[in-house]
Amino acid sequence: MQPHLNITEPSRAAATASSLKMEVRHLSVTYKTSRAVKAIDLPVYENRVLAIIGPSGCGKSTLLRALNRMNDLIPGARVEGEVLLDGENIYAPGQDVVDIRRRVGMVFQRPNPFPMSVYDNVAFGPRLLGLRKKSVLDEIVEQSLRSAALWEQVKDHLGQSGMALSGGQQQRLCIARTIAMEPEVILMDEPTSALDPMATLTIEDLIQRLKENYTIVIVTHNMQQAARISDFTAFLNMDSDRAGYLVEFGPTVDVFTNPKEKLTEDYITGRFG
Amino acid sequence: MSQSIYEHIDLRRHYRRRQRTNRIMLALTGLTVAVAVVPLVWITVYVLLQGGKYLTPDFFIHLPAPMGVAGGGVLHAIEGSAVMVLLASAIAIPLALLAAFYLLARPNTGLAHTLRFSTDMLAGTPSIVIGLFGYAVIVTVQKHFSAFAGGMVLAIIMLPVVLRSAEEMLKLVPPELREGALAMGAPEWLAALKVVLPAAAEGIITGVMLGIARAVGETAPLLFTALGNDHYEIGKIISAGLRYHQSPGKILGTIFAQPADALPLTLWKYAQQPYQERVHQAWAVAFVLMLFVLGLNIAARAWLAYRRRKMFTS
Repeated sequence: MQPHLNITEPSRAAATASSLKMEVRHLSVTYKTSRAVKAIDLPVYENRVLAIIGPSGCGKSTLLRALNRMNDLIPGARVEGEVLLDGENIYAPGQDVVDIRRRVGMVFQRPNPFPMSVYDNVAFGPRLLGLRKKSVLDEIVEQSLRSAALWEQVKDHLGQSGMALSGGQQQRLCIARTIAMEPEVILMDEPTSALDPMATLTIEDLIQRLKENYTIVIVTHNMQQAARISDFTAFLNMDSDRAGYLVEFGPTVDVFTNPKEKLTEDYITGRFG
Repeated sequence: MSQSIYEHIDLRRHYRRRQRTNRIMLALTGLTVAVAVVPLVWITVYVLLQGGKYLTPDFFIHLPAPMGVAGGGVLHAIEGSAVMVLLASAIAIPLALLAAFYLLARPNTGLAHTLRFSTDMLAGTPSIVIGLFGYAVIVTVQKHFSAFAGGMVLAIIMLPVVLRSAEEMLKLVPPELREGALAMGAPEWLAALKVVLPAAAEGIITGVMLGIARAVGETAPLLFTALGNDHYEIGKIISAGLRYHQSPGKILGTIFAQPADALPLTLWKYAQQPYQERVHQAWAVAFVLMLFVLGLNIAARAWLAYRRRKMFTS
């Protein structure tokens, strides 16, 4: 039985003709003793949404976190291979990890607004970069909240705590906080898995609009979501040595309707995973 | 985007400043770590060197020799410490754990608030005051000093340490775990014992170790309760009891009824005596005390590591 997938034709057109923003080259990440992902090659196209799908434990999050060096924070994690951002390896010696994370922002699975006001949450990044001017900050905050489709709901209570918002609003606040830094790439680690269907829909709409200005990489457990919002899909699977590897990559419409690999077909039709 | 933050920021200059600040702060934290480690290493090494010199097998198996006579040991203090800390642990640990479970299950009742507040007060009470309390309610009533009185005041000192750390550790266990057990129809006590306690075991044991270490190192409260006893020897109490055909209960009673010595108490007494051997033995006692606390910690950690391996490997 084929599950119902919403795949529209424009996404095939969107999938083509775009320049390379990031490129993963033969990437392996090892935690203390076990390999999490191995030998991954993956292009990330500019102003497109790339979805990373695959069963639990296949290293989707590890791969995502390798794109802005968040794995640096995990003791014992070792990275081999290269991740290019505009042609430059972000793991090269002398690269400033702070600058990389400014250019490659991240939104997490559980909304994690900081324990401060909505305004301060969004202004956090610009202030971190030394921006102090109230008038500029005001404008940045408004712009970012508008882009995150949250402005109308919070404009009258910018002083209230970010943690007082609903789950969906919190996640949009986190997105606003991320885009206030004007990153080039936004990484999203299952951004809707803690949200209800309505909030999920809002975020998905938002992602569709955000790709006009940003390159987006999203990890998702939800295959319909990947089919709905992404232009490209990478399917990861866990090998017998428990390390994740790339099974298939391609335009989403191809991966979902005409997969090259049997394994991909089995996974997207729900036969395993 | 109409307004870009990068029109208003000199990124390169900002990064330079950040890197500079970063380097300075990193150097400062490194320095403070060194400063914090120095006294710890110093004390440990100094005591181990000083005490190790005077350590002999006799030290562990003999009672003290008369003043001015060479040789002799601190068996009385080792046994006294063991008896009193065991009694204190047997009383304080179950009490503290049960109370911690109460705080977890009913965190906002008046009783819980009272318990938390009084525990904090107790933890902050100078131990000599607790010793005086033991003197007033146990020693003056029984009309004699005893290992029992010493064990009781040590229990009072252990209680708040174990209770508060156990509560904190139990709070860290995800509530879903407890609810999961309750949802399967487990009674509350079984959920606590079989599911929540094992999940928090690691932290709780650390708290218990801290409590024991605290109790074994206390001197002041024992001055009023156990007093000190150069002739405290369990072996002798038992053999005398057997000779007179006393019941085990009666023998146990005698063990607790006698005044007793303890390692820190002996250390304190010996260190101020004019005899060279006694001062040397005081260092040796310090060595044994440190070794005991260290050994307890290592044993607990080894056991926890073993347990974790068993739980997470097939």
